[in-house]
Amino acid sequence: MAQALDEVKIGGLGASRKRVEDDRFVVGKGNYTDDFKLPGMLHMEILRSPLAHARIKSIDTSKAWQMPGVHMVLTGDMAAQHNLAWMPTLSYDTQAVLATDKVRFQGQEIACVVADDPYIAKDGCEAIQVEYEPLPVIVNPYQAVAEGAPVIRDDKEGQTDNICYRWDVGDREGTERAFAQADVVSKIELHYPRSHPSPIECCGSIADYNAATTKLTVYMTTQAPHIIRAAVAIVAELPEHMIRIVSPDIGGGFGNKVPVYPGYVCSILCSILLARPIKWIEDKTGNLISTGYARDMYYKGELALRKDGKILAVRFHADTDNGAFFSDAQPTKFKIGLLHSAFACYDIPYAYMTAQGAYTNKAPGGVAYRCSFRVTEAMFFQERAIQTAANDLGMDQAEFRRINLVKDDQFPFRTPYGFLLDSGQYEKCLDVALNAIGYHDFLREKEEARKQGRRLGIGLSTMTEPLGAGNSREYDILGIKMFDCAELRVHPSGKAILKIGSKTQGQGHETTFAQIVSHELGIPAADILVQHGDTDNTPFGMGTYASRSTPTAGAATAMVSRKIRAKARKLAAHLLEVSEEDVEWELGRFYVRSAPNNGVTIQECAMAAYGNMPDGLEPGLENNAYYDPPNMTWPFAAYIVTVEVDPETGVWDVLRMVAVDDCGVRINPMIVEGQIMGGMTEAYAMSNMQFITFDAEGNCVGSNYMDYLLPTAWETPGFELHEVVTPSPHHPIGAKGIGECACVGGPAAFVNAVHDALDDTGVRNIDMPLLPHRVWEALTYKRDVSGAPPLKTDAD
Amino acid sequence: MYPSRFHYEAPRSLAEAFSVLQAYGDEAKVLAGGQSLIPLIKLRFSAPAVIVDINNIPGLDYHEEDSDGSLNIGALCRHRTLERSPLLRSRYPTMAACAPLISDPMVRTRGTLVGSLCHADPQGDWASVMLALGGDIIAQSAKGERAIPASQFVVGPFQNALEPNEIAVRARVPASKGTRSGTYLKLERRVGDFATVGVAVALEASGSTINRAGIALTGVGPSNIQCTEAEQALAGKTLNASTVEQAARLAAQAAQPKTDVRGSAEYKRHIVHTFVMRALSNQQQARAA
Repeated sequence: MAQALDEVKIGGLGASRKRVEDDRFVVGKGNYTDDFKLPGMLHMEILRSPLAHARIKSIDTSKAWQMPGVHMVLTGDMAAQHNLAWMPTLSYDTQAVLATDKVRFQGQEIACVVADDPYIAKDGCEAIQVEYEPLPVIVNPYQAVAEGAPVIRDDKEGQTDNICYRWDVGDREGTERAFAQADVVSKIELHYPRSHPSPIECCGSIADYNAATTKLTVYMTTQAPHIIRAAVAIVAELPEHMIRIVSPDIGGGFGNKVPVYPGYVCSILCSILLARPIKWIEDKTGNLISTGYARDMYYKGELALRKDGKILAVRFHADTDNGAFFSDAQPTKFKIGLLHSAFACYDIPYAYMTAQGAYTNKAPGGVAYRCSFRVTEAMFFQERAIQTAANDLGMDQAEFRRINLVKDDQFPFRTPYGFLLDSGQYEKCLDVALNAIGYHDFLREKEEARKQGRRLGIGLSTMTEPLGAGNSREYDILGIKMFDCAELRVHPSGKAILKIGSKTQGQGHETTFAQIVSHELGIPAADILVQHGDTDNTPFGMGTYASRSTPTAGAATAMVSRKIRAKARKLAAHLLEVSEEDVEWELGRFYVRSAPNNGVTIQECAMAAYGNMPDGLEPGLENNAYYDPPNMTWPFAAYIVTVEVDPETGVWDVLRMVAVDDCGVRINPMIVEGQIMGGMTEAYAMSNMQFITFDAEGNCVGSNYMDYLLPTAWETPGFELHEVVTPSPHHPIGAKGIGECACVGGPAAFVNAVHDALDDTGVRNIDMPLLPHRVWEALTYKRDVSGAPPLKTDAD
Repeated sequence: MYPSRFHYEAPRSLAEAFSVLQAYGDEAKVLAGGQSLIPLIKLRFSAPAVIVDINNIPGLDYHEEDSDGSLNIGALCRHRTLERSPLLRSRYPTMAACAPLISDPMVRTRGTLVGSLCHADPQGDWASVMLALGGDIIAQSAKGERAIPASQFVVGPFQNALEPNEIAVRARVPASKGTRSGTYLKLERRVGDFATVGVAVALEASGSTINRAGIALTGVGPSNIQCTEAEQALAGKTLNASTVEQAARLAAQAAQPKTDVRGSAEYKRHIVHTFVMRALSNQQQARAA
């Protein structure tokens, strides 16, 4: 009898297959946007505002126009003639493409210069003279709503204050009743600092408008090429079929490359006006000060607790600092993303939350930096509140979590905000993590060390997060529902091309999506080419962010493979000369039920699809599938960190970090582990050093890599990874998504650990990042430390 | 990187370099390792009309002791060389402690000690080490050379005492007045970051008696600060709880920190105190052992 294929050997599900995309990257043969050189291409640079808030009195571009090699100097007034001085945002606000009336944040785009080379373009920018009338500056949402605050968005008709949205969800009255019955009410206030996804490759585009064919091709750094095509059609009023977006290799995205940026729009407009290809490549400072920031949210929350540890209700308010334009990339229905996923993993009967957004003189964004729409803030607030509540009750933090976590037999579980948790083994994950770290031994060690003046601490973070937006009932962007597609073409020789609408930025789609096909069809993964990123050449998809590619496009890949298999079965029956009902499937092969040695491979079926199909059967072996997920996927994680704090300097070192992730079925375990390590590195970064702040004048502190600190291999601790597998009940292969869990749940584990080391001081909160001087201040003065802007400085 | 337009000269001898400097005056900027200059011109904070690259000049990449016992470090001697130097490890503990703390491995591979001194960044580490060791900088021009003490070399933030026609050809550490001990302690938020606070301690002792003490601070003033009073408090003394505490207190008093993103003035002053305590206590313990 023929042997069934070994799935791991052919690179199917569970194979730690090396990433196929790495071959070209490690030999320097990747093709990033900046690598493309088109005939006749010109270069564009952007002039940015040095001031955070000022009226523009005049812009004199005459000197720049006179410079040899300069082809165009584009200002907001010129863009306005083409109705492009402003553009819509993903949150139904407007954003200035080039400032016409005021500048509203430091780094805002004022003009751009197109020249023969980038040096001349930059010289041209320096030659532009702008006269400003400075205005008072707002750098946090409380200044924004203070009496007498200048109205930042005086461009908006009817806007008389700096509030950009208000939102609430939950059961207000039920929550109030539950609070009335509480034995203890535990409160905490904190700030999740502004952060930047900071991909190594900055944003950029090459717009190539062909005046003869009227086709516009844009090579650009986008995580969501199909949405960009729709957006360009709307913004530039071009017919969508005459727009081709090509997203080539991307050097990291992390949410930064979801929005539409002024630079893209300007390069397109300049290409149309000059009928030449226009390349715009942002520099690092431009990227850090002007493109999609993340977080910058203030939390005031309280938990209603019973003495025995049961949480009765949660109530919180969030203030968001949205910058100068409300441009959060998030589903239409939700004004503060999925912040209401906070506390989802705990069985809390009543919950109510409110939120308010404010315009400030800071860059816009609100992008989901390695997370689903504000869930990073949600889980951080949750886990800081949980640890504080455990302390307020005098209860062990692990036990407090155990009491309140949703139990295995409670699934499906409806949260008070309406999310449906469909699966999980939360307590098991917690136990695996506690055992791995040696929880009780560490608590003893901590106590002993404290007697000798050493400060050890342990921090936990347990959380589930909604991934894979969405289902089309609730989730859309710009009115386009959030499902995804895959198209599979099996060639006569049994080799295949898979085309997907999502777009890798390092996640390894070219490797893992082939593995899904391999799992479904038994075609070796090496025989499957995955294509993505070119809108002329791939089916519609909403892009890659919010850990949604595997839950949506990955599911569509499995479903289209099954369609192919169903057709191959007909071909197999024809080849085997039996009826379809008598054909059985095993990986890579159909066989006759009564004669298992009599079979045909999937490759033989493929050849038959083109050369020997039965009468009446349509030739070919190609298909596509759209997957509209019935629910989000809900991975779970339990993270534990131990630290030692140096009381003299406030410096803290990570002793150990244990991560237990249940992301459902793991397609490529090696890539999953890489994703967890990457996410955990970013979690460590945010807890320890990485943030963007502003001084009182609105100057951005964090505008380059000397000020915006990304941890190196030297600082980054080691991570000990463990797994629990609870398959998703609705995803065709049971996967839940993993790209973001560690970045979402990780920060609280580090921060809780440092607070635990200070547990005898009465300090309730030190804002991230826990810089040594903040920890020292908290420890020395036994007081909370706020990190909210404006930055404290000596007047020079 | 898209700097402003500049003219590039790559002389092959010092004589040629001096004539280039003579021709361009203060429009010219000397490039050695480039680890400070290139970021500045990249950001267009600096736009020199002429860059004089001295990397092709032979005979400047060395560090060696002279017959009089002084140590000379040539203008093209990289941080990386100093980090790996057996000579520094055996006889110059403060320098050996500092070298691996300079920025990150990439910067150390290209950057030079002399270039770092010339850059005169108040957050530069080497300047504190040179102050603590009582070193000087040898400036050469077509007319000859002169020695500028480290304490007079920096005339302000990012400003040094060189004339436009001079090149700093080497740094010099004088012969020791006894057995050297010491260290460099640096608080940084991340590898490659500038010092929140850096403390250089260099002691020269006969037995337990300190003949000469050098203490200097990084990142807590408009330039690196030599803690003269703290040094004097140790000279001629032995290390004990009282002298260590006194030196630490005087060093903290000498600091002129400012509150910024790296912490409050109070915190930085506290770190100076802590680091001087640690540096001296470690020497005291090492001596006792």
